[in-house]
Amino acid sequence: MAHAGLVEEVIDVGAVSATVECPENGAVVLFVGTVRNHFDGRAVQGITYDVHAEMAAREITRLVAEEEAAHDGLRAALVHRFGPVAVGEASVVIAVSSPHRDLAYESNRRLLERLKREVPIWKHEHYDDGTSTWREVEPLGGAG
Amino acid sequence: MLPAGPESTPGRRYPAPMRVTVLAFASLGQTLGWKRREVDVPEGTRADGLLAQLLAEAPEMEPHLARLAVAVDGEVGPRTAPLRDGGEVALLPPVSGG
Repeated sequence: MAHAGLVEEVIDVGAVSATVECPENGAVVLFVGTVRNHFDGRAVQGITYDVHAEMAAREITRLVAEEEAAHDGLRAALVHRFGPVAVGEASVVIAVSSPHRDLAYESNRRLLERLKREVPIWKHEHYDDGTSTWREVEPLGGAG
Repeated sequence: MLPAGPESTPGRRYPAPMRVTVLAFASLGQTLGWKRREVDVPEGTRADGLLAQLLAEAPEMEPHLARLAVAVDGEVGPRTAPLRDGGEVALLPPVSGG
């Protein structure tokens, strides 16, 4: 496995990408999710990410391992921030390499969608007017 | 074993309390005013029993209950999951990574 986990510091996008690059793979697809400066018409100052550190690290590792196990030659990396993240900074970086591009595109998207549904991470959005909102969207398996 | 108080019945065996670490994430932590707490529960308590005990202490968590996933020792599962002394119970609102 290339690289999977949570970090508090700014993500080195090139370093994450480098972990999946290899001579056998002719495609690298890189997704960089950044904090945008607006949500629902409101000006956003930044996002603080709350995480269950142990579970989230384990789930991210599992997602990456499952993706790699399901496709010969595929290499994947997924790194997510926790704590405060400023507007414009990357909150998540996903890199996938594969022998051909179709799989790399599909796999990268699948990892992002699964991350959003299966990993205990929460956005706390802070607005310019001093208020904040927790974004709570996807129930984890077994909820309710 | 609880210490015998003046009102305890002689000879009665009280269930030994278990101590679990409860983690409350995102909006639930904000509502409760804590993110991590040690909670004593009677032996044999399941996750749903712990939730009922917490709700009795903090009725303001009621709107969160239906939306929570509960992870016992790191595994999301049914609310009938048994707890163990020294274990961890994580209360997980719907997630929003990315």
